Amino acid sequence: MLDLDPGEYGLYIWTAYGLSAAGLAWLAVSSLAFARRWRRRAESLEARAAGEDGEGGHP
Amino acid sequence: MTQALAFLYNPHRFMAFSAWAAPLLGTLALGLAAAGLWLGFTAPEDYQQGDTVRIMFIHVPAAWMGLFVYLCLGGASFLSLIFRQALADAAARGAAPLGAVFTGLALATGSLWGKPMWGTWWVWDARLTSVLVLFLFYLAYMALRAAIDDEAKGARAAAILALVGLVNVPVVHWSVEWWNTLHQGRTVFAAGGSRAANVFLVPLFLMSLSYMAGFGALWLVRIRGEVWRRRAAAAEARLAR
Repeated sequence: MLDLDPGEYGLYIWTAYGLSAAGLAWLAVSSLAFARRWRRRAESLEARAAGEDGEGGHP
Repeated sequence: MTQALAFLYNPHRFMAFSAWAAPLLGTLALGLAAAGLWLGFTAPEDYQQGDTVRIMFIHVPAAWMGLFVYLCLGGASFLSLIFRQALADAAARGAAPLGAVFTGLALATGSLWGKPMWGTWWVWDARLTSVLVLFLFYLAYMALRAAIDDEAKGARAAAILALVGLVNVPVVHWSVEWWNTLHQGRTVFAAGGSRAANVFLVPLFLMSLSYMAGFGALWLVRIRGEVWRRRAAAAEARLAR
């Protein structure tokens, strides 16, 4: 049976689970945000660079 | 092994692989965590630890991952330093914050278990101290990379630091056997078989697999981000010419 009442140790147990959840959630969000931010920037810069290369290639 | 390492040599193949592997591992991590948490909170109280045994289901996987990720960091640093593989350097850079968080969580959850069970938040015994040193190696690795403006020089210096830190990995692992520690000796992989009951081992392994899958997913995501960052820098350099 599910036991969500840790009695006298509740403060320690829920703090440990809360910290772990917060730490892992922060890792997930920051990792996804990091990848998304640089993907957008790279795609935008590569599109600009390709455009300039194209202009330079056809005088 | 050669096939696995081939991903480190070919960014295009790595990006194609990680595009489907990262979400798959992430989903697997969530599913394993749900099963592990359910079994963890339906397990009976331990006869000695009482309900605090439930902290073990998140403390032990975090501690194992702290060590495992450092091995990944060291391996990637070795490949980056010796073979000058850009993707290996990206892998090392991506692993460091993940390992730091896992190790930090191992220290914090261990402390939250130690206070009610040992009567103290912290003791300077060999296991706790060597894990703290591991945590400091992660922080030093990230600080060193951030402190050196020349990215190539920073990567080399940090890779050397990561390799030096590998010395601490066996110290962490065997500290409970080499010295008398307040931290208990090996329980799950003890000589002669596990000293924990299956009712605790099953949720512990499920949570460990969840942490492992979660690390795999986030590591791939971070390496992908690093590849995009380098592509952006290359495009920026082309535009500046």
